[in-house]
Amino acid sequence: MSEILLRTGHLSFAYPERSSSLFRRPVMRDVVKRVDLAVPRGSVLGLVGESGSGKTTLGRLLVRLLRPTSGGIQFDGIEIGRLGEAELRPLRARIQMIFQDPQSSLNPRLRLGVTLTRPLQVYGRLKGRQDQRNRAAALLDLVGLPKGFVDRYPHELSGGQRQRAGIARALALEPDFIVADEIVSGLDVSTQAHILLLLRELRARLGLTMVFISHDLSVVRVLCDDVAILQHGEVVEYGPVARIFNSPQHPYTRQLLSAIPLPDVEPGWLDDANPIVPSHQQGSAA
Amino acid sequence: MTAVLAVHDLHVAIGPRGSAANVLRGASLEVQAGEVRGLVGESGAGKSMLGRAVLGLLPANAVIGGGTIQFEGRDLLAMPEPERRSLLGRRIALIPQDPMTSLNPVRRVGAQISIVLRHHLALSKRDALERAAELLAEVAIREPRRVLELYPHEISGGMRQRVLIAMAFACDPSLVIADEPTTALDVTVQRQVLQLVERLRQRHGAAILFVTHDLGVVAKICRTMTVLHAGRVLEEGETADVLAKPRHPYTRALLAATPRADRPAEALRPVPPALIESLWSEAHRLDRLAMAGPA
Repeated sequence: MSEILLRTGHLSFAYPERSSSLFRRPVMRDVVKRVDLAVPRGSVLGLVGESGSGKTTLGRLLVRLLRPTSGGIQFDGIEIGRLGEAELRPLRARIQMIFQDPQSSLNPRLRLGVTLTRPLQVYGRLKGRQDQRNRAAALLDLVGLPKGFVDRYPHELSGGQRQRAGIARALALEPDFIVADEIVSGLDVSTQAHILLLLRELRARLGLTMVFISHDLSVVRVLCDDVAILQHGEVVEYGPVARIFNSPQHPYTRQLLSAIPLPDVEPGWLDDANPIVPSHQQGSAA
Repeated sequence: MTAVLAVHDLHVAIGPRGSAANVLRGASLEVQAGEVRGLVGESGAGKSMLGRAVLGLLPANAVIGGGTIQFEGRDLLAMPEPERRSLLGRRIALIPQDPMTSLNPVRRVGAQISIVLRHHLALSKRDALERAAELLAEVAIREPRRVLELYPHEISGGMRQRVLIAMAFACDPSLVIADEPTTALDVTVQRQVLQLVERLRQRHGAAILFVTHDLGVVAKICRTMTVLHAGRVLEEGETADVLAKPRHPYTRALLAATPRADRPAEALRPVPPALIESLWSEAHRLDRLAMAGPA
């Protein structure tokens, strides 16, 4: 349990801002700033932050959809921060991502059987038609969907079922490491609870290591061992779930926790104890 | 107390005749003057449809199969269309769900707020802009005069939602339908927005029907609540009572399915599928009875 599967060292990412002049060098805008994380094998790390905190960018760096501006990412002892696409390819099978919106991340024109086994096909691990059907059925079964869904199209599924399909596809290559980006945000409470329990069960059964990105601390508490709180691209607090929830140290963590509306009546919660600060007024669309 | 809004036995179906889906099956609720009532349910429960029925904004293929919607004692469904339209935006207002798509992207914020004021209150262009600036200040927007000149894409999501709140309260309505107004927002921004809604409600003396799926939000802002499932009201009462001692098994199940940041997660339980199924089959049994007509 204590072996570190994924480690980042001073991981940073910046992108050029639109420059005012064609000939001036563009100003770089830091989105992820010197992030140090260590994810032990078999554990789940929650990445929490508000929109614009850089959590999605950090997730994309971890699966190397983005290349870090500086700093490193070690995956199973291998430095992957600077690797090129060819060198990354064998590793990509071991690192998978579940996307936020299953509506747009499943190809609407492909049956689930094809979509779910596409990763296997890409890595040449399918042995013919029958094998494809069997593997797809096994994946559907793994995430609690009926095997008959191999012939269904995404539009024939509910939101919760689609998200299960997204999870199944991420599991197809039996990865060591999964980044899940806001995968329960758009779901109803009961669907959300089903998906969270499914992930908890899969992680116990398959020994998954995960980074779970969310803006919702209550959801993080259900699933994660550790939490990293992100603000303006920096990790402001990082530690075991129990510690962060029971005695948050950083003011921003406290602010996030106190802003969660718990289903208890609490007179005074709406009073201007913390006066309304129009904080990111100038901020453009997130 | 008098009811600002009284919905009685409302039936709404959507879709082509013959294969229409019943989205409301005899739903009833009341909102008293100055009250904030939560209307809670999962997607497909019919909660947004109920709000839209009150506003007269049902989709074109929706059919009202029966029931009444009384606003300040007058039946909205029996009212001539021009009269009903004169109420909307003035006496009955909406805070929409999606701050990203609910503002016109090609018109300045000031123009969008002042059109409401000019139409309903017959203010001059200059007076309307003046009033719009006051309204923006009320929703804690700094430099309101500058913001009036901006386009929606130039302001943040939380700020857009505040503009929509300002518009909703612009004509001192007696009823505001808030349709999931904070679902798209971060928790800290959500709290600010809820605080604002409560402050404006007190100042303008409006009642609010607060449509949401979030029991936490209901607990914080609604004094009373109504639980909707499959187009029917399953439970209603004072929020404190319903959350502390839910009577209907579905309400209990919803609470058990809500993750809580203040507790370890062992207790999390999804709504049992058997319960959902029994609620739906009960709903369909009632539909068949209704179709058979009074015996």
